[in-house]
Amino acid sequence: MCLKKNMLLASLVSTIFIVPLQAQDVGMEKTIAPRQMADALHLVMEADRTVYTKKVVNRLTKKDKVITASEHFKDDKALPLPAQMFRFGAETAAEKIAKKADIDFSYSLQSIWPVNKQNAPKTDAEKEGLQFVADNPGKNFYTMEELAGKKYFTAVYADVAVAPVCVSCHNDHKDSPRTDFKIGDTMGGVVIRIAQ
Amino acid sequence: MVASKRHSLYFWLIWLVISIVIASYLVYAMKSIEAGQFGPATIFLPGETTSGHHQIEENCAVCHLASFGGEALLQDACTKCHAEELERIEDSHPLKKFVDPRNADTLAKLDARFCVTCHVEHRPEMTKAMGVTLPENFCFQCHEKVGENRPSHQQLDFNSCANSGCHNFHDNRALYEDFLLKHAEKPRHLPRQQVESRNLMEFFSMTALYPSTEYPFKPLSLVQADAPLAHGSDHQINSDWLASKHAQGGVNCSACHTQTNTSTNGKEWLDKPDHTQCKGCHIGETASFSSGKHGMRLAADMSLMSPSLARQPMKAESHSELVNCHSCHSDHRYDTKYAAVDACLECHDDEHSRHYLTSPHGKLWQQEVESQAAPGSGVSCATCHMPRVWHENAEEVERILVDHNQNNTLRPNTKMLRPVCMQCHGLGFSIDALADPSLIKNNFKGLPSVHVESIDMAVEADRLHRLKRLNKTSP
Repeated sequence: MCLKKNMLLASLVSTIFIVPLQAQDVGMEKTIAPRQMADALHLVMEADRTVYTKKVVNRLTKKDKVITASEHFKDDKALPLPAQMFRFGAETAAEKIAKKADIDFSYSLQSIWPVNKQNAPKTDAEKEGLQFVADNPGKNFYTMEELAGKKYFTAVYADVAVAPVCVSCHNDHKDSPRTDFKIGDTMGGVVIRIAQ
Repeated sequence: MVASKRHSLYFWLIWLVISIVIASYLVYAMKSIEAGQFGPATIFLPGETTSGHHQIEENCAVCHLASFGGEALLQDACTKCHAEELERIEDSHPLKKFVDPRNADTLAKLDARFCVTCHVEHRPEMTKAMGVTLPENFCFQCHEKVGENRPSHQQLDFNSCANSGCHNFHDNRALYEDFLLKHAEKPRHLPRQQVESRNLMEFFSMTALYPSTEYPFKPLSLVQADAPLAHGSDHQINSDWLASKHAQGGVNCSACHTQTNTSTNGKEWLDKPDHTQCKGCHIGETASFSSGKHGMRLAADMSLMSPSLARQPMKAESHSELVNCHSCHSDHRYDTKYAAVDACLECHDDEHSRHYLTSPHGKLWQQEVESQAAPGSGVSCATCHMPRVWHENAEEVERILVDHNQNNTLRPNTKMLRPVCMQCHGLGFSIDALADPSLIKNNFKGLPSVHVESIDMAVEADRLHRLKRLNKTSP
């Protein structure tokens, strides 16, 4: 009886002290290389971006024609454009990351043919990377760079036209410097930076 | 030798006395601030405060949350008061656009993450319109190549971006290119010139905010008034209340005149209810009042605003008045027509106000007041400076709110375009009118003598784009 009580007490103690320790350690036993992390982040971004573009915007605007997509979606009572959806996500993530001490990465959507000129490549790594993914379909670009005294692992991934809506919108936009995009073309790139 | 020593002693004595007096005054000023008496604090002001903050300048702690806080702490103070507006107006340059490390080069030139980069307080010698303390061509830092995409902008001076009625740094809801295009053909006067009707009763019927069990929406008569006998015998008060929307809507005396005693938890009579009582039902109105020119001192735990403290010209006889809810909404009567014009003109004495009654807007208001025109067709002071806007509460119930924060539509005055001017006028006419200082002074008597070319530019850019697209598709 006494042994049973002691065992019960031991189990209780281990539940209180050991389980939280284990929970804290979960996921901390192996370090992920920056490149793996960037690849994984991009995989999720690309999947979500493709789903929104094809299954929401393209379906409802091009096929079903029940709603439009517009840069001024609030005023026009329309869907946000896929690029805006991506940027809103990046901005929301940036706000959350700013409050975290142990997470420091950023991502953005850029192009060497930007509709909004603020989304043209700025840094040397961005310029080189965006040109590389445009010239080498299917390949990613990885480099290290230093910005404002801080080192970053920087990865650039091609952003490809996945649906008719991508092509028609960019080819028709008055601020688009290129108007001959076709489905499957690289239209820009996703730049992911991980602080070192 | 002895005389020289004596002189030296006198000198040090005088120095000591002056130092003690100065030190004592500074300690007194500090203690006064701690005790909520802010007057002596002006001695600490390093320079004249901007018109946006002068009312609260004596309470240093509103902006200086702690000593030696630096930019980050000052930023917290800015966002404490201004974040909600920046979110609501869809700020064109929000912080989140600048935090990406790719902007490091730009931030080194112009750190747009901090409000104080552009708005340095207490520096009148370098403060320009909108409290901006940067050289006026600051847009150049990021938009240097705008002419490449907009040929119409090639010859324009970067000094003119924000002061020609075309762009604002923060609020461009009525100025973005596609909006200009969409409204390019709108006439000077729209077919329907009427503001939205207020719908407070409808709102109350949908929310738990109003105590409808205690005060059902049924008109009350004098015999139903629930004020204690000692307080309910004033004939004027009774007749004012009976004529008010309160009595007509079921709001009895006790609704405003009782408060819960925190120690006994029972209700006790309150002779002079203040804004905290009004807030019980009119939460949006009191919140916007506390953010505006009339109530910002209240929000900063300071004494009430008074016309004597204003920088705008005010009538001498109004200088001793104190501004609270009842200053404009005379208690018991709560006549919104009085509050919308007469109350304003009791104090305000600037040129624009003095021309109001004889202006086209003032005449329309007069017609509405005399029931010669439809409700909402008159233009009162409040129509423009405290407009009726759609507002959503925490329960996501939308209603028309009379926005008591006049800052929301004051400066830059293009903030007024969508919620105010465009209720009755076309966009082009409105932009021109707001860009004409003499027309504003005479309260819009006549037509604009200024023409802002933004819509013309947008139309031309659109025409060229269509032509280019036509040429591309033509065989």
